[in-house]
Amino acid sequence: MSALTLTLKYRPDQRVDMSPLICQNLQGMEPTEIGAIELQSGKCRLRVDQLFNISGSDTQAIVIRNSFDKLDFIGKELDGGAIIVEGDAGAYLAMGMKSGEIKITGNAGLYAGCELKKGYLEVSGNVGDFLGGALPGNKMGMKGGLILVKGNAGERVGDHLRRGTILIEGDAGDYCGSRMIAGTIAVMGQTGRYLGYAMRRGTLLLWNPPLLSASFNDCGTHTLAFLPMLFNAFKTLNSRFADVSAAFNRVQRYAGDMAEMGRGEVLVRK
Amino acid sequence: MIINGVTIDATFAEAFPMKATRAIITAQNEKWALIAAQAMTGFATSVIACGCEAGIERTLSPDETPDGRPGVSIMIFAMGGKGLAKQLETRAGQCVLTSPTSALFAGIESNIKIPLGKNLRYFGDGFQIAKVIAGKRYWRVPVMDGEFLTEATTGQVDAIGGGNFLVLAESQPQALAACEAAIDAMKQVPNVIMPFPGGVVRSGSKVGSKYKALNASTNDAFCPTLKGMTKTDLSPEIESVMEIVIDGLTKEDIDKAMRAGIQAVCDLGADEGIKRISAGNYGGKLGPFHFHLQEIMA
Repeated sequence: MSALTLTLKYRPDQRVDMSPLICQNLQGMEPTEIGAIELQSGKCRLRVDQLFNISGSDTQAIVIRNSFDKLDFIGKELDGGAIIVEGDAGAYLAMGMKSGEIKITGNAGLYAGCELKKGYLEVSGNVGDFLGGALPGNKMGMKGGLILVKGNAGERVGDHLRRGTILIEGDAGDYCGSRMIAGTIAVMGQTGRYLGYAMRRGTLLLWNPPLLSASFNDCGTHTLAFLPMLFNAFKTLNSRFADVSAAFNRVQRYAGDMAEMGRGEVLVRK
Repeated sequence: MIINGVTIDATFAEAFPMKATRAIITAQNEKWALIAAQAMTGFATSVIACGCEAGIERTLSPDETPDGRPGVSIMIFAMGGKGLAKQLETRAGQCVLTSPTSALFAGIESNIKIPLGKNLRYFGDGFQIAKVIAGKRYWRVPVMDGEFLTEATTGQVDAIGGGNFLVLAESQPQALAACEAAIDAMKQVPNVIMPFPGGVVRSGSKVGSKYKALNASTNDAFCPTLKGMTKTDLSPEIESVMEIVIDGLTKEDIDKAMRAGIQAVCDLGADEGIKRISAGNYGGKLGPFHFHLQEIMA
């Protein structure tokens, strides 16, 4: 049984809500039934077979081809199964995902992996702001799972992050780890201003020295036993994080944000 | 049955269901991992008064431990899950948390989880940090030598305690030498511990006592100095008896350990003063697990 493949026929002018096309919703459906599903696009509702050529029948492995940056909510609340996106994705990619795996070959827009609960999200390109964050007005972002970004991330990475791990091979924008409640964010590249702004707990793991606010206090240089275990957990990833030479256990530890609870930490490779 | 001049009695060891857990202690080097492990499994020879039976299962090389440092696997056995959890937590808190450079990890998977570092984290006074790594929850507790890293929980499994055999010899040095050989062989068997000092107990007990306050007392039938004044189980040439007690995860594990131990004793043979192998039981009415010596050695 080959993967259910949805190949975009044309790029609609309005944004498209892709949230109905998740593995658990399509289970047991025939391609004709899937084609009849309607997707909201601006004020219109478009049938799936209007937008996509449909081939394959394995609804637990969905491939979206020719994807572009107006396809929003791909993999929203996915609960098991896998989605591969060939191309870019719009906003809210993998929002509230419960389990399963989503991989995207291009870039993702705003709020990728926001409020993600469990599972694995891999973005080969760049992501927009609020990666793994909370929706506006909500107080809790990603609650578990793993997000890997091979490119750069926008601002407010892990805003209100509660639990789980975000790995960024490239750079992260301003306010990375803002208002973090707990969890781990690792950035191999550069970070912007206001790193860890108002973070309560959690770990920001950095390969390069950051520009830190005055509300982060230096706790000295330390060898931490949990770091080799953390890196060991990344060994199976298709990522630079899996590279043994990227691992370290000696860090400069900064505690903060002292303007908030101050139980968070910024660990910088020494 | 006679092996190398040693008589194997037609009797059985009687054992009981217990609850068990395993933990892995690591440290900067094997010396300190062993120090922590010895402390944690100290005063844990018998559930009669220690609350649990515990011992070192084996040492672990760095590639066998979660954090890549030298380690030791220890096992704790208790009569119930509640008692086991209490003993584990108390011992981990007093003996491993306190031991320099140590870290503590789960050593057995089970659906039933009992706290390992879950509550020890409060020693961190609010500065403790949780980390979920590969689906497992760990606690980093700040301590004076750096950080104490501990897994939150470990598994609890059904197990068996009280497998045993007695070594009857012509002299005390010969009984001890035979038991030492047995322990060396039994340490190679996984999933078992021999909880008594050095694995050997010289004061085997019987149920009950002439003193009402005591529920166990010396096993006079196997005391060589009482041969003339009690209903003895010893022939005239026996001058010393020592016992090895085995706790294990399954009946097969205890079978293997008993076979290895008895074989090592029999290898010394009658020439080294070893006359008989026997076992302790309560008539078969108390414990559901019976380890028949002759069946094990068949």
